Amino acid sequence: MEEIIPSIPFILEGILITLKFVLLSGVIGFILGIGVALAKLGKSKALGKIAGAYTAFFRGTPLILQLVYIYYVIPQVTPWNIEPFVAGVIAFSLNSAAYISEIIRAGIQSVDKGQFEAAKALNIPYFKAMRKIILPQAIKHILPALMNEGIMLLKESAVISVIGVSDIMRRGQIVAADTYNYIGALTIPLILYFLMVRMLEMYGSRVERRLSYSD
Amino acid sequence: MIKVNQLSKTFKKMPVLNNISTEINKKEVVAVIGPSGSGKSTFLRCLNGLEQPTEGQVYIDGTQLNEQNVTQIREKTGMVFQHFHLFPHMTVLQNITFAPMETHGKSKKEAEENAMKLLETVGLSDKANSYPNQLSGGQKQRVAIARALAMHPEIMLFDEPTSALDPEMVKEVLDVMKQLASTGMTMVIVTHEMAFAREVADRIIFLDQGAVVEETTPIQFFNTPSTERAQSFLQKVL
Repeated sequence: MEEIIPSIPFILEGILITLKFVLLSGVIGFILGIGVALAKLGKSKALGKIAGAYTAFFRGTPLILQLVYIYYVIPQVTPWNIEPFVAGVIAFSLNSAAYISEIIRAGIQSVDKGQFEAAKALNIPYFKAMRKIILPQAIKHILPALMNEGIMLLKESAVISVIGVSDIMRRGQIVAADTYNYIGALTIPLILYFLMVRMLEMYGSRVERRLSYSD
Repeated sequence: MIKVNQLSKTFKKMPVLNNISTEINKKEVVAVIGPSGSGKSTFLRCLNGLEQPTEGQVYIDGTQLNEQNVTQIREKTGMVFQHFHLFPHMTVLQNITFAPMETHGKSKKEAEENAMKLLETVGLSDKANSYPNQLSGGQKQRVAIARALAMHPEIMLFDEPTSALDPEMVKEVLDVMKQLASTGMTMVIVTHEMAFAREVADRIIFLDQGAVVEETTPIQFFNTPSTERAQSFLQKVL
């Protein structure tokens, strides 16, 4: 077991990379998801169709395939020599946006129609009403579902190790290959992912409690 | 001030309003009454563009309401809903100041000063920092009236403002509306409160099956209704 100890800092450094990756993909995916949800609910039929097709595609194909597709195909068809980390963020943002858009769409539709009408009657512009009146209420309803999506994103991020991003997972594998100590090298990532998810869950229930004041 | 010309509305081939024409003058208080499903609310909602007429026109101050100018027209109208529709995640004060600040670009200070004045007139100064879920139905509706008034409308539309309230709370809302009527506000009120309509309205519009059956003064309507339909309606509700 001792031979693994010098490698522990190396694996721990992966935490930062994993966190940075998840945060970036999550934020971009969330913003994109709101956009796709609004397109689905909006007046424009064409935009609605595009948004529907987008969701169907990204939910209908494996994430790992989307990831390697972006990583290997973009350099072949464009002059852009894409970095693994960037390819990962693109794939994960686009993928999570598809799921998040469905969650947000359901959330917006769960807000009482009267809220839209009150905003209209007060002449509050559409996007302002969405941002300050409808979405805050919608997000309260869908917080558990969003939290689920965040947990999925955090755990699934291990998939980016296949294109060589040195996240927690990849570092565990490197150490395992180096030392042949599979139990040590792979148990550390196991614990790290578990603790990170637990922390995310605890943060989620705190936010949920804080938002429940208007119930 | 409001002119309605041959207004008809159908929902998925279901006729709701049928060829309604009327005029509402400045400072007039008009009560729209009639049985459930007679189109009262739809009629009211056509006046500020929450519903688009299938046929006919609505004119506000001589301008025909259409999709392009609906926001300009809504500047002149305030609306109070049966179920209040306060914003639950905002305090009473934020509910009232939000639209003046975001739509009219009023400063926070100015909006809040005006909101406090309005809260005083509806008797709720002490509730400024409460959330809607901490208020009774009657209090919520009074806040909703203050919120609409904060936009300085020339016309106030009330869609069954007391129908969702406990009986004990009806009076406090009606009192606020009476007070508002006495200031000379133009008001169109869809209501089931016959005593209130009789006392406050200048005119009664009686709708049945989407058509104006009777349109007259309260005295005439309640004492000597001319149509059989109004007579049988009044027999049941009075």
